Amino acid sequence: MRELSLNVMDIVQNSISAGATVIKISVLEEEQKLTIVVTDNGKGMSKEQVCKVIDPFFTTRTTRKVGMGIPLFKMEAEMTGGSFEIESDLNKGTKVTATFITTHLDMLPLGDINATVWLLITCNPDLDFIFYRKIGPLDFTLNTKELKDILGEIPLNAPDVSQWLKDYLTEQTALLHGG
Amino acid sequence: MKSLAELQAIRDKVRAQVSVREGQEDRIRILVGMATCGIAAGARPVLTAFIDELEKRGITNVQVTQTGCIGICQFEPVVEVVTPGKDKVTYVKMTPEMAVRVVNDHIVNGNVVQEFTIGAHTK
Repeated sequence: MRELSLNVMDIVQNSISAGATVIKISVLEEEQKLTIVVTDNGKGMSKEQVCKVIDPFFTTRTTRKVGMGIPLFKMEAEMTGGSFEIESDLNKGTKVTATFITTHLDMLPLGDINATVWLLITCNPDLDFIFYRKIGPLDFTLNTKELKDILGEIPLNAPDVSQWLKDYLTEQTALLHGG
Repeated sequence: MKSLAELQAIRDKVRAQVSVREGQEDRIRILVGMATCGIAAGARPVLTAFIDELEKRGITNVQVTQTGCIGICQFEPVVEVVTPGKDKVTYVKMTPEMAVRVVNDHIVNGNVVQEFTIGAHTK
């Protein structure tokens, strides 16, 4: 992967496949450290399965025999001297946490995380997403549940709404970067 | 500044527009492969290009969705166009520019872009 935001897209697909209805994506930047957390309320995994998903030759899919998503993400975190963790409870959900040391030579750029979040929301208007972004002391939260309460029957992927969403993400991120 | 109040205004505007949008069941579906293989090969900009182009043209009766790996990873990014009553068309090795062309030629004018299809690649 060229940027970590693409890994996030990939990891969230696992949550969607696991039947999650609420998915939280947190991206926290502190000095020399980037933490990405994806939490879902999907069907979860047993202890045994959790051990297996870091093995590239384990996958639940049937179209091919290799599952690279989790192993890639783990490798990218550990390459920087960071860490990777999966916590999961059967029938409750899964939490994937990856920590990166941003000053390391092998650190990949975060990339366009807003594009990832925007696409996930637009393509899955029935799911609820919570996006939490923090840079230093500043943060913002986007909760699609709140947007749906305002929008009523109008879907999140209606053209005018998705444009608003895109601009909103851009503006909020700019504020975090100091306007 | 984008605010939630503005979203309320958008809702009212869209509500006024949505008068009759019947016949949703016979609409075209565009499926973009977004498994690890697709994403790594550049599926995200392709997906964005489809949504942007359809919005630009005001086309609302086409559904763009993500799909998983269909097992032809060497051809990613793969896009399938499913039109009710017609054969499914599989486009391979897609780019954002090709996505725009597919919207213009295939979705709008009904002409399959033969040279982008899997058939043209496997000859």
